[in-house]
Amino acid sequence: MPVLEQLSPGGLGQSSQGRSSPGQSDVLRQFARGELDAFEALFRRHQSEVYRSIVAIVRDPALAEDLTVETFWRIHRAHAHFDPARSFEAWARRIATNAALDYLKSASHSFTKNTRARDTPDPLEDLPQPPLPDPAITQEIRTRTAQAFHQLPPKLQVAATLALIEEQPYKEIAATLGISAGAVKLRVFRALRLLRTKLKQQGIEP
Amino acid sequence: MNASEQERIAKLLKQALPQVTDDGAQLGRDLWPAMLQRLRQPPEPAPWLNQVWFDWALLAALAVWLAFFPAAIPVLLYHL
Repeated sequence: MPVLEQLSPGGLGQSSQGRSSPGQSDVLRQFARGELDAFEALFRRHQSEVYRSIVAIVRDPALAEDLTVETFWRIHRAHAHFDPARSFEAWARRIATNAALDYLKSASHSFTKNTRARDTPDPLEDLPQPPLPDPAITQEIRTRTAQAFHQLPPKLQVAATLALIEEQPYKEIAATLGISAGAVKLRVFRALRLLRTKLKQQGIEP
Repeated sequence: MNASEQERIAKLLKQALPQVTDDGAQLGRDLWPAMLQRLRQPPEPAPWLNQVWFDWALLAALAVWLAFFPAAIPVLLYHL
């Protein structure tokens, strides 16, 4: 049976109980052995979900596409370490989050340099602005808030983005980041506290 | 920090950060061709390969220095 046909249309390589059906198990085993057909099948099956998990963090569709490819590149390189008995979806999501986190770390570095290089920085001016903004929140406040947010440590940015903007449950974020729900809460709290401090320094009272 | 303050900051963040529209949240094209292109690229050399010569040069310089000035060994050990 062709590899692509072994994946049922409804699943994500795993059943709802987290176990693989026989056909899916075959694909995962073939992938772990390094077979390109199996990798292609998994890629086509999971690319949308990996993309969604990345775009939720980086908030830029074009960048998320690049990072999706980067994620699967890492997945392909690490095929020998994959245990076919485990969830491919969870493994892929973890790698995707790490790829997004690595991007934020590099972006945070360049962001800091750019901010220091320019007296009146507005590095977010090219990004799409949120639709229907609250008129009480001025453009300047939004820009300064975004700047303050991007100065937070990347790990805090990810936790805060998923919890506060995407409104994902702590348990789900914990599974994505590979940490406990308590650690997620702590990161979100630290992000909020740091952000409040930075905003107050800029004269913005949240 | 109380709950209402957290809510205000969360609201501010939602306004400040770029929103992912419904279109943007869905993958608009098949990325497999891009993936294939990436797979066909020759693997990049590991970063350590670019720097390993410098480490060896530094080690050689240190060895030469210590050979000529053995009295510097205790000083070096002290600072390690």
